[in-house]
Amino acid sequence: MNAVLDVRGLGKTFGGFTALNGIALTVAPGERLGLVGPNGSGKSTFVNCIAGDFPDHAGVVLFRNRPLAGLKPHERARLGLSRTFQLPRPFRSLTVLENVTVPLRFSVPPLPVADARARARACLERVGLQDKAHSHPHSLTQVDLRKLELARALAPEPALLIADEVMAGLSHSEVDQILDLLFALNGDGTAVIMIEHVMRAITAFSQRLAVFVAGRKIVEGDPQTVLATPEVEAAYLGT
Amino acid sequence: MSRPLRLNVGLAAAGVALILILRLIDNDYAWYTGYVILQYVLLAVAWNILAGYSGYVNFGTAAFFAAGAYTTILLTKALNLDLLVCVLAAGLVSGALGLGMGWLTLRLRGVYFSIATLSLAVVLQTLVVNWPYAGGSSGAYTMRPQGYAVFGNYSEFLFVLMLVLALGGIAVAAGIERSRLGLGLATIRDDERAAAAAGVPTLRLKLIATAISGGMMGMAGAPLPYYASYLNPEAAFSLTHTINAMAMTLIGGTQGWVGPVIGATLLSTLQQGATVTISSAGNLLIVGGVLILFVMLAPKGILGLIRAWRGRGDTA
Repeated sequence: MNAVLDVRGLGKTFGGFTALNGIALTVAPGERLGLVGPNGSGKSTFVNCIAGDFPDHAGVVLFRNRPLAGLKPHERARLGLSRTFQLPRPFRSLTVLENVTVPLRFSVPPLPVADARARARACLERVGLQDKAHSHPHSLTQVDLRKLELARALAPEPALLIADEVMAGLSHSEVDQILDLLFALNGDGTAVIMIEHVMRAITAFSQRLAVFVAGRKIVEGDPQTVLATPEVEAAYLGT
Repeated sequence: MSRPLRLNVGLAAAGVALILILRLIDNDYAWYTGYVILQYVLLAVAWNILAGYSGYVNFGTAAFFAAGAYTTILLTKALNLDLLVCVLAAGLVSGALGLGMGWLTLRLRGVYFSIATLSLAVVLQTLVVNWPYAGGSSGAYTMRPQGYAVFGNYSEFLFVLMLVLALGGIAVAAGIERSRLGLGLATIRDDERAAAAAGVPTLRLKLIATAISGGMMGMAGAPLPYYASYLNPEAAFSLTHTINAMAMTLIGGTQGWVGPVIGATLLSTLQQGATVTISSAGNLLIVGGVLILFVMLAPKGILGLIRAWRGRGDTA
């Protein structure tokens, strides 16, 4: 199968607590997959297993047909697997431009400084931060920090971006700005897994939706159909 | 002239000027004092490569420093090697020690890493105390030659050697700051998890920093047996080296190589002054007092104060 991400039987426990149990999920190249679930359902644990932060998990994860077992987070990033964090994690001592050059300077092979800066500038223009290239992250607003996080993630032109709650705490119009960015990024061929609580955004964005509840994937399919299933309504929407 | 070249030419000019000034003074004590100040400049710059650039606070300075000193003792005793060869060997030994320590401890973060590095000094000191060939607990003597090559006075030679090492250390630190390694270390200091997610090989960069930092500390310690003529484990592994290197860097500022140079020069000059005017036991009291003042009033050190002052000037 030609999936960009192929997860089989993914399980993760913390002591006696089972955070993920038998998760199977595939993402096709260029696909937009939405991942929803109530707090504590295992979404972030799923991301951390894929990104390599929790390497000791059960099951198999294939990225572009290559098993990720044994690869460290930076090696996975270099393969084209990008992620953002729930809370923006900028490099605070670096300027906005330098932040975006980091994945380019540490790609394989690394881009020379001038090329990395030129490409980082193009990324900043794309997310609308070109005027703040020489600012430091502490002077950015919340939405700009999210944009910086996205610019850093998209700079190396990844095959898959896992956007972990990039719209949390943003206003209506700011959510639209981030959505436009993600659509544009996806238009270039990057597959996106969007993990989000903003239902308006996730239904607008996702071609396919998966729902996690208590560490299990309870349903997967077309967003409207999935959200209308009684299990999802009961478990996720609480109605 | 490019910026790195300008810096290196400036460092060389400063070095030549220092030698000329001390030759004019023509006092053996001046060479000694200069040597100690430069030794701390090198130790502080080396300490900052790991702690300031990557955020990993190393409490094992004395271990690397003493490993360098004992490399000289052992190589001189076994093979009667020249001090310059011993300095290079000490750099390699302490660099390898840094690599080994890093491999064992760099998966730890924060205070756990610091405690692990502190234990390295204890382990090594115990090893040396129980090793008669290295002098054991009673220490080892080194015969100082009268002169060395063009230097009629061996104290002058030791000063010039430490001057070259310190300036070389500054050039290495400045080079790291401008390099891909420096960028990677800054991302580790700011957010190690985000750094890894951006493709930065965090463990490898930390190991490189530990090896370079340890190697430089070892080189700082290598001439010590010739400087003191006698070396015992208490002096070589003294916590004073660790505390001084840390305090001097924190007082100067950790943001770049300039901070440790300023901190080490000011504080060790003060210490040397106090040693001859008040008491040699007052050294640590001075360091402690000044450090407390800085932690309370200027936590970003002298560099931070200068930047804050400049910032106010810009906005005025």
